[in-house]
Amino acid sequence: MTLHSKHLALAGAVAAGLAQFAGAAHAQEQEKCYGVAMAGENGCAAGPGTTCAGTASVDYQGNSWTLVPAGTCAEIELPAMADGTARMGSLEPLERDLPKG
Amino acid sequence: MSGQGAFAGALLAPEAARPEALRDPSGARATRRFDVYRNNVAVALTEALAAAFPVVQRLVGEAYFAALARDFARDHPPRSPVMAVYGAELPDWIAKFPPLAALPYLPEVARIEQARREASQSADAAPLDPRALAGLSPEALAESTPRPHPAARLVPTRDPALSIWARNAERPDLAQSPPGEVLITRPKLAVLSCAAPAGTAATLDALARGAALGAALPAGADHAAIFACLFNAGALVPQGDPEP
Repeated sequence: MTLHSKHLALAGAVAAGLAQFAGAAHAQEQEKCYGVAMAGENGCAAGPGTTCAGTASVDYQGNSWTLVPAGTCAEIELPAMADGTARMGSLEPLERDLPKG
Repeated sequence: MSGQGAFAGALLAPEAARPEALRDPSGARATRRFDVYRNNVAVALTEALAAAFPVVQRLVGEAYFAALARDFARDHPPRSPVMAVYGAELPDWIAKFPPLAALPYLPEVARIEQARREASQSADAAPLDPRALAGLSPEALAESTPRPHPAARLVPTRDPALSIWARNAERPDLAQSPPGEVLITRPKLAVLSCAAPAGTAATLDALARGAALGAALPAGADHAAIFACLFNAGALVPQGDPEP
């Protein structure tokens, strides 16, 4: 491709991109926003949820990691892997996955 | 260890001994008071991470996230008092966290949340109006040097992480997003996320390095689709200084 035809191809791609240009980006996303701070983002660590309970080591699971994720991950179905193995977000018990140390 | 070092070390390690030298006003060892303080530090850091990574928290559940956050905080204590920037290392940390190896999409979802957070905190800039490019000659267009918007971030995903994020962030409009490149930016006040065609990341990288438009798009990519994506997301800003 000559330089000139390259330039023409670029101009064509820009024109084609422009044809799909909707003007203001996603107007819907702009409307509901009154500021750029995300919910819960404060400049300091103090705030609701702090507690006078001195229970740091009581409810702490340490590195045993017997916990299993309990949120929405178990509902997620992922596409099969390349070898056809089905992949689910749900988890086997994780005792085997002891972290470093 | 110095008194300060012992204090800081014990703060993020619940099983660690309380600092010997710490006294309450009566002169007794301040064990209970230290426990309360230590717990509040952990709670505050956990809440800061939960605010920054709400979808990750939703995916693994609150209890799991709280335990994970405490382990993360031990590896990555805050380096800034500004909690709005705390946790940038969490996506990579999750990727290396063996108990979560069964959720390969989780680090990708975390990267999307971190990119959205960075986009919300980045500098404001008026995006390039792509109609300004329409008046250029093909040669001038090839030599033009638009730059990535300061808020623009590209997150590569192998799993449909944007779709997973959308389903857990009440964003049905993005629930069918495919895996691949995810573009995050903030042309005005709201953070945008969208699936981007292959080659968008390479294009933004090249423009960030100072390449002219004629040399920025990777061969073999759908250039029209890349332009449509960048234009609609407001991911470019006008003309930088030409390459020397």
